[in-house]
Amino acid sequence: MSALVIDGLTVVFGAFRALDGLSLAVDPGEVRAVIGPNGAGKTTLLDAITGITRPKSGHIHLGDGLDLTKRSEAEIARAGVRRKFQKPSVFPALTVRENLGLGCGPGCPAATRSARLAAALSETGLEGRADVPAGALAHGEKQWLEIGMVLASEPRVILLDEPVAGLSDAETARTAEIIGTLRRPDRAILVIEHDMAFVEAVTDRVTVLHEGRTLFEGGMAQARADARVIEVFLGR
Amino acid sequence: MSGAVDLSPRIPAARRIGAGFGGDPLLAGLVGLVLASALGLVLLQPAPYLVNMIGQLAAFAILAVSLDLVWGYLGILSLGHGLFFAIGGYVCAMHLLAHAYAVTGRAPDLMQFMGWKSLPAYWAGLTNAPYALALALGLAVAVAFAFGLASFRSRVNGVYFSIISQALVYVAMLLMFRNDTGLGGNNGMTGFDVLFGWPMSTPGIATGLAVATLVALAGVLAGARALVASPLGRRMLACRDDEARLRTLGYGTTRLKLGIWCLSAAIAALAGILYVPQVGIINPRVLSPDLSIEIAVWVAIGGMGRLSGAVIGAVAVNALKFWLSAALPEAWPFILSGLVLAVVLGLPNGLLDLATLRLRPTWLRRGGARP
Ligand SMILES: Nc1ncnc2c1ncn2[C@@H]1O[C@H](COP(=O)(O)OP(=O)(O)OP(=O)(O)O)[C@@H](O)[C@H]1O
Ligand SMILES: [Mg+2]
Repeated sequence: MSALVIDGLTVVFGAFRALDGLSLAVDPGEVRAVIGPNGAGKTTLLDAITGITRPKSGHIHLGDGLDLTKRSEAEIARAGVRRKFQKPSVFPALTVRENLGLGCGPGCPAATRSARLAAALSETGLEGRADVPAGALAHGEKQWLEIGMVLASEPRVILLDEPVAGLSDAETARTAEIIGTLRRPDRAILVIEHDMAFVEAVTDRVTVLHEGRTLFEGGMAQARADARVIEVFLGR
Repeated sequence: MSGAVDLSPRIPAARRIGAGFGGDPLLAGLVGLVLASALGLVLLQPAPYLVNMIGQLAAFAILAVSLDLVWGYLGILSLGHGLFFAIGGYVCAMHLLAHAYAVTGRAPDLMQFMGWKSLPAYWAGLTNAPYALALALGLAVAVAFAFGLASFRSRVNGVYFSIISQALVYVAMLLMFRNDTGLGGNNGMTGFDVLFGWPMSTPGIATGLAVATLVALAGVLAGARALVASPLGRRMLACRDDEARLRTLGYGTTRLKLGIWCLSAAIAALAGILYVPQVGIINPRVLSPDLSIEIAVWVAIGGMGRLSGAVIGAVAVNALKFWLSAALPEAWPFILSGLVLAVVLGLPNGLLDLATLRLRPTWLRRGGARP
């Protein structure tokens, strides 16, 4: 059974269809990439899953049947869906540790919280920066902190929007390593990325999105060979 | 690691785990000063006008702290906080009039003016001070709750919220200008002759009021400090900086905002309750939009998002106003505008920049760590 099922999802902004009857299923334990040219609707897809944008029609179900299109942002997060935003979104006035503490989510018992904090600090390599205000971090560190905030809640669905945008090669390699450690048999991970080498390194399958619709779904090697995919990427 | 140089200040553990005033020596000093002046008023017995002025300044400082809690820490700029101040003030005035009427038997001006034989039914019970206190705070919280619930649930934020809050205080002012509200109309209420059974002119009443206000200020500061240093305080800052992000971490923000908003309204009402017996009058002018904007100006001048900033701003601006509105009353609006400009341009974090001798603008101080 799939961990995340998207069925006939349509999102409109005025007369413009950002997502047009999109269907997609991600299995537990899978790392799925969603790629596509700028404006394909990738971020809009995550906005719909996390409750920030309401779809015009279609459904988004978690593995246990919970329909996310009827839930608030906070309820969706508490159901175990967490997201890293395209623009790094950490709380600048709070320290790294406080940011991670918020990442644990509401009602997390103190003992669990400190264990998860320690784990998140070591997995993101931010131990030495724990008491620094997040606003003073370098760009790459902010990206990792945000990933740390995602994993501090032990989510069952992780959504990552361009986690290596603007990072150096070394930072990208480090991020790929961190994402490798996020993979678990009971967890579905959806990664949006433009960096194809990175996508190839971390994901199992790719979904190519174009103008709000699925253009291709399968392995990265086949995607590279697919005529329609080539045309969309070369044609932009 | 990214290889970026660590230019950010290390923050001592005490700053984060807010044990008492551990991380805010300036605020601790300020609270000490407030309590010391209360003691000084009792021991030194300064001139009555000075006692009265100190008491009024303390009431304004409480009002400023109430706004700083929602604006500086939660990012909700209210331009209508005079409403809650006025609710406290009006209910306090009603209590004082009802009490004086019961003690002296002399009918308040507004009864004579309206040709009433007795006070209207909604004045019932107001001779009782604890009931009046509960009514003042309860009414402020109820109004704040209704307005906050409607706004926060429908996600009215930022400048829209500010404008609506201003409209609200304006509507309240128009309402109170009417004579048939039974609250004194344009003239307001005055003639508070008795306080807790004592003639208002009794020596020591002015001192008692000023001391009570100073102690209330110290208490409000201690409570507010405990709040902002707690995990809830972290959540407030997170909500201020990125509310949408906080929601996607599983925190419902409506309840958080509503709770702090109501608390702030109660603190503003407390300020009004303490202010009115000290000035001896209340009229609809406390509901004028200018006063509500001025509260925000005090906080901005002192330094928003710092409790000590709110106190310093309220005291500095109002002390200047007391002095100048006697010396050159026409010049006050210009001086206030000049002050705002000077602070905005020269001291982006308010007068606290002077206190900490950080005269460079914020963006220069980031040490280049920002993109
Ligand atoms: N709130 C909005 N109102 C109107 N149009 C929007 C809104 N959000 C997104 N769009 C439009 O929807 C389309 C899809 O945007 P989206 O951000 O999902 O693209 P994307 O695939 O994430 O692109 P990128 O790779 O540049 O991040 C774009 O044409 C965008 O302009
Ligand atoms: Mg995008």
